[in-house]
Amino acid sequence: MILFERVSKRYRNGREALRSATFSIDRGEMVFLTGRSGAGKSTVLKLIALLERPTRGNAVVNGHNLATLRSRHLPAYRRTLGVVFQEHRLLDDRPVFDNVALPLVVSGVSPPEMDKRVRAALDQVGLLGKERLLPSELSVGEQQRVGIARAVVGKPAVLIADEPTGNLDPGLALEVMRLFKRFADVGVTVIVATHDLHVVHEFSQRTIVLADGQVQGGAEAPLPSMTAVR
Amino acid sequence: MIAGYFTHHAQALLGSLGRLCRAPFATALTLLVIGLALALPLALALFVSNAMAATGGFTGAVDVSVYFKPDTALSRVQQLARDTRARAGVATVQVISSADALAEFRQYSGFGAALDALGSNPLPNVLHVRPAPDASGAADLDALRHYLAAWPEVDTVQVDAEWVLRFNAILGLLRRVLGIAAVLLGAGVLAVIGNTIRLEIQGRRPEIEVVRLVGGSTGFVRRPFLYAGMLYGLGGALLAWGLVVLAVLVLRTPVATLAQLYGSRYALSGPGVREVAVVLGAGVALGWLGAWAAAARHLRRIEPRA
Repeated sequence: MILFERVSKRYRNGREALRSATFSIDRGEMVFLTGRSGAGKSTVLKLIALLERPTRGNAVVNGHNLATLRSRHLPAYRRTLGVVFQEHRLLDDRPVFDNVALPLVVSGVSPPEMDKRVRAALDQVGLLGKERLLPSELSVGEQQRVGIARAVVGKPAVLIADEPTGNLDPGLALEVMRLFKRFADVGVTVIVATHDLHVVHEFSQRTIVLADGQVQGGAEAPLPSMTAVR
Repeated sequence: MIAGYFTHHAQALLGSLGRLCRAPFATALTLLVIGLALALPLALALFVSNAMAATGGFTGAVDVSVYFKPDTALSRVQQLARDTRARAGVATVQVISSADALAEFRQYSGFGAALDALGSNPLPNVLHVRPAPDASGAADLDALRHYLAAWPEVDTVQVDAEWVLRFNAILGLLRRVLGIAAVLLGAGVLAVIGNTIRLEIQGRRPEIEVVRLVGGSTGFVRRPFLYAGMLYGLGGALLAWGLVVLAVLVLRTPVATLAQLYGSRYALSGPGVREVAVVLGAGVALGWLGAWAAAARHLRRIEPRA
């Protein structure tokens, strides 16, 4: 469960990226965050991942208050999240297996259990059999799926994705979104920040529209038109 | 849980070792700098210990000779010898009677006929007093000399310690120089390892960001760098040991030849277990400290980007 109540974020340069944003996301729900560049989508994800702290307001993720969570509890909190980036952020000198296993290594999972879970995650994204390859030996779409496998291998409660389909062709983008939907179906809360309205319209999921740091039309906003966020 | 903890450490250690091996030239250069910096104080320490060994140490060389007046009876000399033995700070007291001294002189000097020509024994009774090892300092020797000279039967008290005291002072100075060199070169090792780890942290910034993002704690992120620092320190110390052993091997024969010319069987000795343990321990400790300082300073600045 994610709850944002009148949350604002002002960066050190004085820019107010989020202004009194209020919304909630239930457990197991898949939600799209849309809006123009600079609307505040990435800021919401940064706040959820605790890469930034809210300036004002009440932000709670799975019972953790993001404004007051102590730094020493940050690693344990982040282990409950899965994060997918547009540019994958894979470690180029490590094979696929090691990239996917990273969250499990950090959590101290035993090698046999790690092996089982990494293979299961790779199977989910259709990359079983490619665990010994380096990221550079994979296509862009496969690299993105490795990033997704890494994000879900730790069985996170919340999966956040920042423009995950930005570098993918439409077919691959839909494939990635179907993966996210499958995770939501098994209880993972999925938040996808995207300005790809083709993808948004393809899935009948709730959409939170941001404009100039504010949530438009409340948290139950209707789908934006195809031109609204371009 | 405990097995997982040790697995983490083993992975961090092996990972750090692997990274050092994958960059052999850079690693070798760093190890050479550390090795030379650690070899210098080790060599100096070895020089001091060899100098002490070559001279038989300080304590055995200090002697106080007490020459009695010609008319002093041997029984009185023996009484005074017993008194001296009972005194604190005295290791041994040897009585050399005038008769024994004359016999010895006759045997070794070759002046037997000349001595026969003398009407009486011209040599005095003598005490050889050797101070205890912990009472061989200048102040102790001076107090002993005053005690012995106060007896009315004593003609002269001769303290054969001046050269020892000078030698002692030189070795004291060398020890101080050794201490200063060790501190300065240790600081150099710290700086070298700290800078190497700083560069490594910068080179692995993307990896650190991802590890932090997936929930890696500061300790988890720091661990491989601490192991890398310790490996640098240990490798440098092993190299320092090897360099010094090599130097000893090269110098052993000429030193033995020189010693033989002075009638000695002295042989140059290499670093012992204690010295090796100290230099290896210092290397590992300096490596850990340098890496910790660099990691504490530079890892704090690396936070994941979205």
